Amino acid sequence: MEWLNWFASFENTKPVALVILFVTFVLIVLYVFGDKKRSARLETYKDMPFLDDATEVKEGKK
Amino acid sequence: MAATEISSSEQYNFDIVKKFSIMAVVWGLVGMSVGVWIASELAWPFLNFDIPYITFGRLRPVHTSSVIFGFGGSALFATSYYIVQRTCQARLISDGMATFTFWGWQAAIMLGGISYMLGFSQSREYAEMEWPLDILIEIVWVTYLAVFVGTIMRRKQPHIYVANWFFLAFILATALLHTFNNLAVPVSLFSMKSYSLFAGTQDAMTQWWYGHNAVGFFLTAAFLGMMYYFVPKQAGRPIFSYRLSIIHFWALGFLYMWVGAHHLHWTALPDWTSTLAATFSIMLLLPSWGGMINGIMTLSGAWDKLRTDPIMRFLIVALSFYGMSTFEGPLMALKDVNALSHYTDWTVGHVHSGALGWVAMITFGSLYHMIPKLWNTEMWSKKMIEVHFWFATIGALLYITAMWISGITQGLMWRAFDQYGNLQYSFVESVAAMHPFYAMRAIGGMFFVTGMLLMFINVMMTVRQANAATAKVTAAHRAKMAGMASA
Repeated sequence: MEWLNWFASFENTKPVALVILFVTFVLIVLYVFGDKKRSARLETYKDMPFLDDATEVKEGKK
Repeated sequence: MAATEISSSEQYNFDIVKKFSIMAVVWGLVGMSVGVWIASELAWPFLNFDIPYITFGRLRPVHTSSVIFGFGGSALFATSYYIVQRTCQARLISDGMATFTFWGWQAAIMLGGISYMLGFSQSREYAEMEWPLDILIEIVWVTYLAVFVGTIMRRKQPHIYVANWFFLAFILATALLHTFNNLAVPVSLFSMKSYSLFAGTQDAMTQWWYGHNAVGFFLTAAFLGMMYYFVPKQAGRPIFSYRLSIIHFWALGFLYMWVGAHHLHWTALPDWTSTLAATFSIMLLLPSWGGMINGIMTLSGAWDKLRTDPIMRFLIVALSFYGMSTFEGPLMALKDVNALSHYTDWTVGHVHSGALGWVAMITFGSLYHMIPKLWNTEMWSKKMIEVHFWFATIGALLYITAMWISGITQGLMWRAFDQYGNLQYSFVESVAAMHPFYAMRAIGGMFFVTGMLLMFINVMMTVRQANAATAKVTAAHRAKMAGMASA
Protein backbone atom coordinates (compact mmCIF):
# COMPACT_ATOMS: atom_id res chain seq x y z
CA MET A 1 0.00 0.00 0.00
CA GLU A 2 3.06 2.24 -0.18
CA TRP A 3 1.92 3.58 -3.52
CA LEU A 4 -1.02 5.30 -1.82
CA ASN A 5 1.42 7.73 -0.23
CA TRP A 6 2.01 9.18 -3.70
CA PHE A 7 -1.56 10.52 -3.63
CA ALA A 8 -1.06 12.13 -0.24
CA SER A 9 1.18 14.78 -1.77
CA PHE A 10 -0.46 17.81 -3.38
CA GLU A 11 2.60 18.24 -5.60
CA ASN A 12 1.54 14.97 -7.29
CA THR A 13 -2.23 15.13 -7.20
CA LYS A 14 -2.71 18.74 -8.32
CA PRO A 15 -0.94 18.32 -11.70
CA VAL A 16 -2.75 15.01 -12.23
CA ALA A 17 -6.11 16.63 -11.45
CA LEU A 18 -5.19 19.46 -13.79
CA VAL A 19 -4.41 17.08 -16.66
CA ILE A 20 -7.62 15.09 -16.08
CA LEU A 21 -9.79 18.23 -15.99
CA PHE A 22 -8.08 19.81 -18.99
CA VAL A 23 -8.39 16.67 -21.13
CA THR A 24 -12.04 16.29 -20.08
CA PHE A 25 -12.71 19.91 -20.99
CA VAL A 26 -11.10 19.53 -24.42
CA LEU A 27 -13.24 16.42 -25.01
CA ILE A 28 -16.37 18.37 -24.04
CA VAL A 29 -15.48 21.17 -26.48
CA LEU A 30 -14.91 18.60 -29.25
CA TYR A 31 -18.21 16.93 -28.40
CA VAL A 32 -20.14 20.20 -28.46
CA PHE A 33 -18.62 21.77 -31.57
CA GLY A 34 -17.15 18.76 -33.41
CA ASP A 35 -20.17 17.46 -35.27
CA LYS A 36 -22.65 19.51 -37.32
CA LYS A 37 -25.63 17.22 -36.68
CA ARG A 38 -24.98 17.14 -32.95
CA SER A 39 -24.50 20.92 -32.90
CA ALA A 40 -27.86 21.39 -34.57
CA ARG A 41 -29.53 19.04 -32.07
CA LEU A 42 -27.97 20.85 -29.11
CA GLU A 43 -29.17 24.20 -30.42
CA THR A 44 -32.79 22.96 -30.50
CA TYR A 45 -32.73 22.75 -26.68
CA LYS A 46 -32.55 26.55 -26.46
CA ASP A 47 -36.33 26.62 -27.06
CA MET A 48 -37.12 24.65 -23.91
CA PRO A 49 -38.13 27.68 -21.78
CA PHE A 50 -40.87 28.41 -24.33
CA LEU A 51 -42.41 24.95 -24.49
CA ASP A 52 -45.01 25.64 -21.83
CA ASP A 53 -45.92 29.08 -23.16
CA ALA A 54 -49.29 27.70 -24.22
CA THR A 55 -50.07 27.13 -20.55
CA GLU A 56 -49.08 30.70 -19.71
CA VAL A 57 -51.30 32.13 -22.46
CA LYS A 58 -54.18 29.99 -21.25
CA GLU A 59 -53.66 31.21 -17.69
CA GLY A 60 -53.58 34.82 -18.83
CA LYS A 61 -56.89 34.50 -20.67
CA LYS A 62 -58.72 33.17 -17.59
CA MET B 1 -42.18 17.96 -26.50
CA ALA B 2 -45.69 19.35 -26.69
CA ALA B 3 -46.70 21.68 -23.92
CA THR B 4 -49.23 20.36 -21.49
CA GLU B 5 -52.78 21.67 -21.56
CA ILE B 6 -53.32 21.45 -17.81
CA SER B 7 -53.38 24.77 -15.93
CA SER B 8 -49.87 25.50 -14.64
CA SER B 9 -51.08 26.27 -11.12
CA GLU B 10 -52.55 22.75 -10.93
CA GLN B 11 -49.68 21.02 -12.68
CA TYR B 12 -46.92 22.68 -10.66
CA ASN B 13 -46.30 23.53 -7.01
CA PHE B 14 -46.28 27.32 -7.24
CA ASP B 15 -47.28 27.81 -3.62
CA ILE B 16 -43.70 27.17 -2.47
CA VAL B 17 -42.34 29.47 -5.18
CA LYS B 18 -44.66 32.24 -3.98
CA LYS B 19 -43.54 31.83 -0.36
CA PHE B 20 -39.86 31.99 -1.21
CA SER B 21 -40.41 34.96 -3.56
CA ILE B 22 -42.13 36.99 -0.85
CA MET B 23 -39.42 36.14 1.67
CA ALA B 24 -36.71 37.09 -0.83
CA VAL B 25 -38.21 40.58 -1.02
CA VAL B 26 -38.65 40.78 2.77
CA TRP B 27 -35.06 39.65 3.49
CA GLY B 28 -33.79 41.98 0.77
CA LEU B 29 -35.38 44.94 2.53
CA VAL B 30 -34.21 43.84 5.98
CA GLY B 31 -30.65 42.88 4.95
CA MET B 32 -30.03 45.96 2.82
CA SER B 33 -31.41 48.26 5.55
CA VAL B 34 -29.00 46.71 8.05
CA GLY B 35 -26.25 47.22 5.45
CA VAL B 36 -27.07 50.93 5.21
CA TRP B 37 -27.12 51.18 8.99
CA ILE B 38 -23.65 49.66 9.42
CA ALA B 39 -22.29 51.73 6.50
CA SER B 40 -23.63 54.77 8.36
CA GLU B 41 -22.00 53.57 11.58
CA LEU B 42 -18.64 53.60 9.80
CA ALA B 43 -19.25 57.15 8.58
CA TRP B 44 -20.90 58.42 11.79
CA PRO B 45 -19.76 56.17 14.66
CA PHE B 46 -22.17 57.72 17.23
CA LEU B 47 -24.83 55.51 15.59
CA ASN B 48 -23.47 52.61 17.64
CA PHE B 49 -25.17 54.31 20.63
CA ASP B 50 -22.86 52.20 22.84
CA ILE B 51 -25.31 49.30 22.49
CA PRO B 52 -23.29 46.09 22.00
CA TYR B 53 -26.05 44.32 20.04
CA ILE B 54 -25.95 46.84 17.20
CA THR B 55 -22.21 47.42 16.89
CA PHE B 56 -20.64 46.96 13.46
CA GLY B 57 -19.00 43.63 14.40
CA ARG B 58 -22.32 42.03 15.33
CA LEU B 59 -24.52 43.61 12.67
CA ARG B 60 -22.15 42.95 9.78
CA PRO B 61 -22.89 39.18 9.66
CA VAL B 62 -26.59 40.00 10.13
CA HIS B 63 -26.31 42.08 6.92
CA THR B 64 -24.29 39.51 4.93
CA SER B 65 -26.43 36.54 6.02
CA SER B 66 -29.70 38.38 5.34
CA VAL B 67 -28.72 39.52 1.87
CA ILE B 68 -26.75 36.47 0.72
CA PHE B 69 -28.77 33.67 2.29
CA GLY B 70 -32.06 35.43 3.09
CA PHE B 71 -32.52 37.50 -0.06
CA GLY B 72 -30.27 35.62 -2.51
CA GLY B 73 -30.96 32.17 -1.07
CA SER B 74 -34.74 32.59 -0.96
CA ALA B 75 -34.70 33.98 -4.52
CA LEU B 76 -32.68 30.95 -5.64
CA PHE B 77 -35.03 28.49 -3.95
CA ALA B 78 -37.97 30.28 -5.61
CA THR B 79 -36.52 30.49 -9.10
CA SER B 80 -34.94 27.02 -9.07
CA TYR B 81 -38.24 25.42 -7.99
CA TYR B 82 -40.03 27.47 -10.68
CA ILE B 83 -37.56 26.75 -13.49
CA VAL B 84 -37.08 23.06 -12.76
CA GLN B 85 -40.84 22.51 -12.83
CA ARG B 86 -41.45 24.52 -16.00
CA THR B 87 -38.52 23.19 -18.02
CA CYS B 88 -39.01 19.57 -16.90
CA GLN B 89 -42.81 19.96 -17.09
CA ALA B 90 -43.06 18.04 -13.87
CA ARG B 91 -44.31 18.89 -10.37
CA LEU B 92 -41.84 18.91 -7.45
CA ILE B 93 -41.53 15.38 -6.10
CA SER B 94 -42.73 16.27 -2.63
CA ASP B 95 -44.74 19.28 -1.45
CA GLY B 96 -43.93 18.37 2.16
CA MET B 97 -40.19 18.30 1.60
CA ALA B 98 -40.33 21.58 -0.32
CA THR B 99 -42.29 23.18 2.53
CA PHE B 100 -39.68 21.86 4.99
CA THR B 101 -36.93 23.57 2.99
CA PHE B 102 -38.88 26.83 3.28
CA TRP B 103 -39.41 26.80 7.03
CA GLY B 104 -35.98 25.29 7.75
CA TRP B 105 -34.21 27.92 5.63
CA GLN B 106 -36.15 30.85 7.10
CA ALA B 107 -35.54 29.56 10.65
CA ALA B 108 -31.79 29.26 10.00
CA ILE B 109 -31.51 32.84 8.72
CA MET B 110 -33.68 34.23 11.52
CA LEU B 111 -31.88 32.32 14.30
CA GLY B 112 -28.53 33.15 12.72
CA GLY B 113 -29.33 36.87 12.84
CA ILE B 114 -30.42 36.70 16.48
CA SER B 115 -27.35 34.68 17.48
CA TYR B 116 -24.99 37.19 15.83
CA MET B 117 -26.59 40.08 17.70
CA LEU B 118 -26.17 38.13 20.94
CA GLY B 119 -22.49 37.75 20.12
CA PHE B 120 -22.30 34.16 18.84
CA SER B 121 -20.06 33.73 15.82
CA GLN B 122 -17.55 31.14 14.64
CA SER B 123 -15.66 33.99 12.93
CA ARG B 124 -15.63 32.46 9.45
CA GLU B 125 -16.63 34.99 6.85
CA TYR B 126 -20.04 34.25 5.27
CA ALA B 127 -20.25 31.18 7.54
CA GLU B 128 -20.54 32.78 10.97
CA MET B 129 -23.36 30.53 12.19
CA GLU B 130 -22.42 28.27 15.07
CA TRP B 131 -22.65 24.48 14.84
CA PRO B 132 -26.35 23.84 15.76
CA LEU B 133 -27.45 26.14 12.92
CA ASP B 134 -24.90 24.57 10.57
CA ILE B 135 -26.52 21.19 11.20
CA LEU B 136 -29.98 22.66 10.50
CA ILE B 137 -28.70 24.10 7.20
CA GLU B 138 -27.12 20.75 6.30
CA ILE B 139 -30.46 18.95 6.75
CA VAL B 140 -32.36 21.61 4.78
CA TRP B 141 -29.79 21.51 2.00
CA VAL B 142 -29.84 17.73 1.60
CA THR B 143 -33.65 17.91 1.42
CA TYR B 144 -33.35 20.63 -1.25
CA LEU B 145 -30.97 18.41 -3.24
CA ALA B 146 -33.42 15.49 -2.97
CA VAL B 147 -36.37 17.64 -4.13
CA PHE B 148 -34.41 19.11 -7.05
CA VAL B 149 -32.85 15.86 -8.28
CA GLY B 150 -36.11 13.96 -7.74
CA THR B 151 -37.98 16.51 -9.85
CA ILE B 152 -35.39 16.28 -12.63
CA MET B 153 -35.71 12.48 -12.54
CA ARG B 154 -39.46 12.63 -13.16
CA ARG B 155 -39.11 15.13 -16.05
CA LYS B 156 -41.25 14.79 -19.16
CA GLN B 157 -38.53 16.28 -21.36
CA PRO B 158 -35.64 14.04 -22.44
CA HIS B 159 -33.10 16.88 -22.13
CA ILE B 160 -32.29 18.79 -18.94
CA TYR B 161 -32.27 22.53 -19.72
CA VAL B 162 -28.92 24.22 -19.01
CA ALA B 163 -30.33 26.47 -16.25
CA ASN B 164 -30.94 23.32 -14.20
CA TRP B 165 -27.30 22.27 -14.65
CA PHE B 166 -26.21 25.53 -13.08
CA PHE B 167 -28.68 25.08 -10.20
CA LEU B 168 -27.55 21.50 -9.63
CA ALA B 169 -23.87 22.51 -9.61
CA PHE B 170 -24.75 25.23 -7.09
CA ILE B 171 -26.61 22.82 -4.81
CA LEU B 172 -23.89 20.15 -4.93
CA ALA B 173 -20.97 22.57 -4.51
CA THR B 174 -22.69 24.42 -1.65
CA ALA B 175 -23.29 21.10 0.13
CA LEU B 176 -19.58 20.26 -0.12
CA LEU B 177 -18.43 23.73 0.89
CA HIS B 178 -20.79 24.04 3.83
CA THR B 179 -19.88 20.60 5.16
CA PHE B 180 -16.09 20.89 5.05
CA ASN B 181 -15.82 24.55 6.03
CA ASN B 182 -17.94 23.98 9.13
CA LEU B 183 -16.15 20.92 10.49
CA ALA B 184 -15.77 21.93 14.12
CA VAL B 185 -15.65 20.52 17.62
CA PRO B 186 -18.27 21.96 20.01
CA VAL B 187 -17.08 22.87 23.49
CA SER B 188 -19.93 20.79 24.90
CA LEU B 189 -23.26 19.43 23.74
CA PHE B 190 -25.11 22.34 25.33
CA SER B 191 -22.72 25.09 24.27
CA MET B 192 -23.07 27.21 21.14
CA LYS B 193 -19.29 27.64 21.04
CA SER B 194 -17.15 25.42 18.84
CA TYR B 195 -13.60 25.34 17.50
CA SER B 196 -12.56 24.63 13.93
CA LEU B 197 -11.15 21.23 13.09
CA PHE B 198 -8.39 22.95 11.12
CA ALA B 199 -5.62 25.18 12.43
CA GLY B 200 -3.43 28.02 11.17
CA THR B 201 -2.85 28.26 7.44
CA GLN B 202 -4.97 25.19 6.70
CA ASP B 203 -7.85 26.85 8.50
CA ALA B 204 -7.40 30.02 6.44
CA MET B 205 -7.17 27.98 3.25
CA THR B 206 -10.37 26.06 4.10
CA GLN B 207 -12.15 29.33 4.87
CA TRP B 208 -11.21 30.87 1.53
CA TRP B 209 -11.77 27.69 -0.43
CA TYR B 210 -15.29 28.02 0.99
CA GLY B 211 -15.48 31.81 0.67
CA HIS B 212 -14.53 32.10 -2.96
CA ASN B 213 -16.50 29.06 -4.06
CA ALA B 214 -19.52 30.46 -2.25
CA VAL B 215 -19.06 33.43 -4.59
CA GLY B 216 -18.48 31.07 -7.53
CA PHE B 217 -21.28 28.60 -7.03
CA PHE B 218 -23.82 30.35 -4.78
CA LEU B 219 -23.54 33.91 -6.08
CA THR B 220 -22.50 33.17 -9.67
CA ALA B 221 -23.46 29.72 -11.00
CA ALA B 222 -26.90 29.75 -9.38
CA PHE B 223 -27.74 33.25 -10.59
CA LEU B 224 -26.53 32.23 -14.05
CA GLY B 225 -29.19 29.53 -13.86
CA MET B 226 -31.67 32.35 -13.28
CA MET B 227 -30.17 34.28 -16.18
CA TYR B 228 -30.37 31.38 -18.65
CA TYR B 229 -34.11 31.10 -18.07
CA PHE B 230 -35.37 34.63 -17.40
CA VAL B 231 -33.34 36.58 -19.99
CA PRO B 232 -34.71 34.48 -22.90
CA LYS B 233 -38.22 34.53 -21.39
CA GLN B 234 -38.31 38.29 -20.91
CA ALA B 235 -36.66 38.95 -24.28
CA GLY B 236 -39.11 36.56 -25.96
CA ARG B 237 -36.29 34.86 -27.85
CA PRO B 238 -34.05 31.87 -27.06
CA ILE B 239 -30.54 32.17 -25.64
CA PHE B 240 -27.96 33.33 -28.23
CA SER B 241 -26.00 30.04 -28.29
CA TYR B 242 -26.93 26.89 -26.41
CA ARG B 243 -23.54 25.34 -27.17
CA LEU B 244 -21.79 28.32 -25.64
CA SER B 245 -23.89 27.86 -22.50
CA ILE B 246 -22.64 24.25 -22.24
CA ILE B 247 -19.01 25.36 -22.54
CA HIS B 248 -19.71 28.19 -20.10
CA PHE B 249 -21.02 25.70 -17.56
CA TRP B 250 -18.15 23.22 -17.72
CA ALA B 251 -15.38 25.83 -17.90
CA LEU B 252 -16.82 27.66 -14.90
CA GLY B 253 -17.13 24.41 -12.94
CA PHE B 254 -13.59 23.27 -13.72
CA LEU B 255 -11.91 26.61 -13.05
CA TYR B 256 -13.68 28.05 -10.01
CA MET B 257 -12.57 25.45 -7.44
CA TRP B 258 -8.89 26.42 -7.86
CA VAL B 259 -9.02 30.15 -7.26
CA GLY B 260 -9.84 30.57 -3.54
CA ALA B 261 -6.19 30.92 -2.55
CA HIS B 262 -5.98 34.33 -4.28
CA HIS B 263 -7.55 35.68 -1.07
CA LEU B 264 -4.34 34.69 0.74
CA HIS B 265 -1.60 36.26 -1.39
CA TRP B 266 1.45 37.38 0.61
CA THR B 267 0.58 35.23 3.61
CA ALA B 268 1.99 32.01 5.12
CA LEU B 269 0.31 30.04 2.33
CA PRO B 270 2.87 28.35 0.02
CA ASP B 271 3.72 30.63 -2.89
CA TRP B 272 2.92 28.02 -5.56
CA THR B 273 -0.65 27.68 -4.24
CA SER B 274 -1.14 31.39 -4.43
CA THR B 275 0.36 31.57 -7.96
CA LEU B 276 -1.83 28.69 -9.12
CA ALA B 277 -4.91 30.51 -7.82
CA ALA B 278 -3.90 33.73 -9.62
CA THR B 279 -3.38 31.82 -12.88
CA PHE B 280 -6.78 30.15 -12.69
CA SER B 281 -8.38 33.47 -11.78
CA ILE B 282 -7.10 34.94 -15.05
CA MET B 283 -8.37 31.93 -17.01
CA LEU B 284 -11.76 32.36 -15.37
CA LEU B 285 -12.22 35.56 -17.33
CA LEU B 286 -12.91 33.54 -20.50
CA PRO B 287 -15.98 31.55 -19.39
CA SER B 288 -17.30 34.52 -17.41
CA TRP B 289 -17.23 36.80 -20.44
CA GLY B 290 -18.46 33.99 -22.69
CA GLY B 291 -21.53 33.68 -20.48
CA MET B 292 -22.03 37.43 -20.28
CA ILE B 293 -21.84 37.79 -24.08
CA ASN B 294 -24.22 34.85 -24.48
CA GLY B 295 -26.75 36.57 -22.23
CA ILE B 296 -26.44 40.04 -23.74
CA MET B 297 -26.46 38.80 -27.35
CA THR B 298 -29.79 37.10 -26.65
CA LEU B 299 -31.22 40.56 -27.08
CA SER B 300 -29.57 40.92 -30.50
CA GLY B 301 -32.10 42.37 -32.92
CA ALA B 302 -34.39 43.52 -30.13
CA TRP B 303 -32.29 46.17 -28.44
CA ASP B 304 -35.29 48.53 -28.47
CA LYS B 305 -36.71 46.50 -25.56
CA LEU B 306 -34.11 48.22 -23.36
CA ARG B 307 -35.88 51.53 -23.99
CA THR B 308 -39.34 50.28 -23.18
CA ASP B 309 -38.98 47.37 -20.78
CA PRO B 310 -37.55 48.13 -17.30
CA ILE B 311 -37.39 44.41 -16.43
CA MET B 312 -35.19 43.79 -19.47
CA ARG B 313 -33.07 46.73 -18.37
CA PHE B 314 -32.54 45.12 -14.95
CA LEU B 315 -31.46 41.85 -16.59
CA ILE B 316 -29.07 43.38 -19.13
CA VAL B 317 -27.52 45.83 -16.66
CA ALA B 318 -27.01 42.87 -14.32
CA LEU B 319 -25.09 41.09 -17.06
CA SER B 320 -23.01 44.21 -17.67
CA PHE B 321 -22.10 44.36 -13.98
CA TYR B 322 -21.33 40.62 -14.13
CA GLY B 323 -18.90 41.33 -16.95
CA MET B 324 -17.35 44.23 -15.09
CA SER B 325 -16.85 42.44 -11.79
CA THR B 326 -15.52 39.30 -13.48
CA PHE B 327 -12.93 41.49 -15.17
CA GLU B 328 -12.06 43.26 -11.93
CA GLY B 329 -11.78 39.98 -9.98
CA PRO B 330 -8.95 38.45 -12.05
CA LEU B 331 -7.22 41.84 -12.07
CA MET B 332 -7.31 41.94 -8.27
CA ALA B 333 -6.08 38.33 -8.12
CA LEU B 334 -2.76 39.37 -9.70
CA LYS B 335 -0.21 39.44 -6.91
CA ASP B 336 1.05 42.95 -7.62
CA VAL B 337 -2.43 44.46 -7.84
CA ASN B 338 -3.45 42.48 -4.76
CA ALA B 339 -0.53 43.96 -2.81
CA LEU B 340 -2.27 47.30 -3.23
CA SER B 341 -5.91 46.25 -3.07
CA HIS B 342 -5.97 43.63 -0.32
CA TYR B 343 -7.33 44.66 3.11
CA THR B 344 -8.63 47.89 1.57
CA ASP B 345 -12.13 49.07 0.63
CA TRP B 346 -11.42 48.21 -3.01
CA THR B 347 -12.28 44.60 -2.07
CA VAL B 348 -15.53 45.77 -0.47
CA GLY B 349 -16.35 47.74 -3.63
CA HIS B 350 -15.57 44.70 -5.82
CA VAL B 351 -17.83 42.45 -3.75
CA HIS B 352 -20.66 44.96 -3.99
CA SER B 353 -20.30 45.48 -7.73
CA GLY B 354 -21.02 41.76 -7.92
CA ALA B 355 -23.63 41.73 -5.16
CA LEU B 356 -25.60 44.88 -6.02
CA GLY B 357 -24.90 45.02 -9.74
CA TRP B 358 -25.08 41.36 -10.67
CA VAL B 359 -26.84 39.31 -7.97
CA ALA B 360 -29.44 41.84 -6.84
CA MET B 361 -30.22 43.23 -10.32
CA ILE B 362 -30.66 39.78 -11.94
CA THR B 363 -32.87 38.83 -8.97
CA PHE B 364 -34.99 41.97 -9.29
CA GLY B 365 -35.49 41.35 -13.02
CA SER B 366 -36.32 37.68 -12.48
CA LEU B 367 -38.76 38.35 -9.64
CA TYR B 368 -40.51 41.12 -11.60
CA HIS B 369 -40.93 38.63 -14.46
CA MET B 370 -42.03 35.72 -12.29
CA ILE B 371 -44.29 37.29 -9.64
CA PRO B 372 -47.08 38.39 -12.04
CA LYS B 373 -47.08 34.91 -13.58
CA LEU B 374 -47.30 33.23 -10.17
CA TRP B 375 -50.31 35.30 -9.13
CA ASN B 376 -51.73 35.42 -12.67
CA THR B 377 -51.85 39.20 -12.80
CA GLU B 378 -49.80 42.24 -13.89
CA MET B 379 -47.35 44.13 -11.69
CA TRP B 380 -49.22 46.80 -9.74
CA SER B 381 -47.05 49.63 -11.07
CA LYS B 382 -44.71 49.47 -14.07
CA LYS B 383 -43.61 53.04 -13.37
CA MET B 384 -42.41 51.94 -9.95
CA ILE B 385 -40.21 49.26 -11.57
CA GLU B 386 -38.63 51.97 -13.72
CA VAL B 387 -37.99 54.19 -10.70
CA HIS B 388 -36.60 51.18 -8.83
CA PHE B 389 -34.19 50.53 -11.70
CA TRP B 390 -32.75 54.04 -11.53
CA PHE B 391 -32.48 54.05 -7.73
CA ALA B 392 -30.68 50.69 -7.88
CA THR B 393 -28.31 51.75 -10.66
CA ILE B 394 -27.41 55.09 -9.11
CA GLY B 395 -27.02 53.47 -5.68
CA ALA B 396 -24.73 50.72 -6.98
CA LEU B 397 -22.58 53.18 -8.93
CA LEU B 398 -22.25 55.56 -5.98
CA TYR B 399 -21.28 52.66 -3.73
CA ILE B 400 -18.70 51.18 -6.09
CA THR B 401 -17.11 54.51 -7.03
CA ALA B 402 -16.79 55.52 -3.37
CA MET B 403 -15.07 52.24 -2.53
CA TRP B 404 -12.72 52.40 -5.52
CA ILE B 405 -11.46 55.84 -4.51
CA SER B 406 -11.38 54.95 -0.84
CA GLY B 407 -9.63 51.59 -1.40
CA ILE B 408 -6.92 52.85 -3.72
CA THR B 409 -6.30 55.84 -1.45
CA GLN B 410 -5.99 53.52 1.56
CA GLY B 411 -3.60 51.18 -0.29
CA LEU B 412 -1.40 54.06 -1.42
CA MET B 413 -1.36 55.72 2.01
CA TRP B 414 -0.41 52.48 3.77
CA ARG B 415 2.56 51.85 1.48
CA ALA B 416 3.86 55.45 1.35
CA PHE B 417 7.31 56.06 2.87
CA ASP B 418 8.97 59.36 3.69
CA GLN B 419 12.55 60.27 2.77
CA TYR B 420 13.88 58.52 5.91
CA GLY B 421 12.16 55.23 5.11
CA ASN B 422 9.46 55.62 7.78
CA LEU B 423 5.75 55.16 7.06
CA GLN B 424 4.46 58.51 5.85
CA TYR B 425 0.96 58.17 7.31
CA SER B 426 -0.35 56.73 10.56
CA PHE B 427 -3.30 54.34 10.28
CA VAL B 428 -5.67 56.86 11.82
CA GLU B 429 -4.75 59.40 9.12
CA SER B 430 -5.88 56.89 6.49
CA VAL B 431 -9.14 56.38 8.41
CA ALA B 432 -9.75 60.15 8.48
CA ALA B 433 -9.10 60.32 4.71
CA MET B 434 -11.81 57.70 4.16
CA HIS B 435 -14.59 59.66 5.85
CA PRO B 436 -16.11 61.42 2.80
CA PHE B 437 -16.16 58.14 0.88
CA TYR B 438 -17.80 56.29 3.78
CA ALA B 439 -20.52 58.92 3.76
CA MET B 440 -20.82 58.58 -0.03
CA ARG B 441 -21.10 54.79 0.31
CA ALA B 442 -23.85 55.12 2.91
CA ILE B 443 -25.77 57.48 0.59
CA GLY B 444 -25.34 54.99 -2.28
CA GLY B 445 -26.77 52.30 -0.01
CA MET B 446 -29.71 54.55 0.85
CA PHE B 447 -30.52 54.88 -2.85
CA PHE B 448 -30.37 51.11 -3.26
CA VAL B 449 -32.57 50.46 -0.21
CA THR B 450 -35.11 53.03 -1.38
CA GLY B 451 -35.41 51.06 -4.62
CA MET B 452 -35.84 47.87 -2.60
CA LEU B 453 -38.60 49.52 -0.57
CA LEU B 454 -40.39 50.47 -3.80
CA MET B 455 -40.14 46.85 -4.92
CA PHE B 456 -41.53 45.65 -1.59
CA ILE B 457 -44.54 47.98 -1.91
CA ASN B 458 -45.05 47.07 -5.58
CA VAL B 459 -44.93 43.32 -4.87
CA MET B 460 -47.27 43.54 -1.88
CA MET B 461 -49.78 45.62 -3.87
CA THR B 462 -49.54 43.15 -6.77
CA VAL B 463 -50.32 40.24 -4.46
CA ARG B 464 -53.16 42.19 -2.88
CA GLN B 465 -54.59 43.08 -6.27
CA ALA B 466 -54.38 39.42 -7.37
CA ASN B 467 -56.04 38.18 -4.18
CA ALA B 468 -58.84 40.75 -4.58
CA ALA B 469 -59.41 39.64 -8.17
CA THR B 470 -59.50 35.97 -7.11
CA ALA B 471 -61.95 36.77 -4.30
CA LYS B 472 -64.18 38.63 -6.79
CA VAL B 473 -64.19 35.71 -9.23
CA THR B 474 -64.89 33.24 -6.42
CA ALA B 475 -67.78 35.39 -5.11
CA ALA B 476 -69.26 35.72 -8.60
CA HIS B 477 -68.94 31.96 -9.11
CA ARG B 478 -70.63 31.25 -5.77
CA ALA B 479 -73.46 33.68 -6.57
CA LYS B 480 -73.94 31.99 -9.93
CA MET B 481 -74.02 28.56 -8.29
CA ALA B 482 -76.47 29.80 -5.63
CA GLY B 483 -78.69 31.27 -8.37
CA MET B 484 -78.66 27.99 -10.28
CA ALA B 485 -79.49 26.05 -7.09
CA SER B 486 -82.49 28.31 -6.26
CA ALA B 487 -83.78 28.11 -9.85
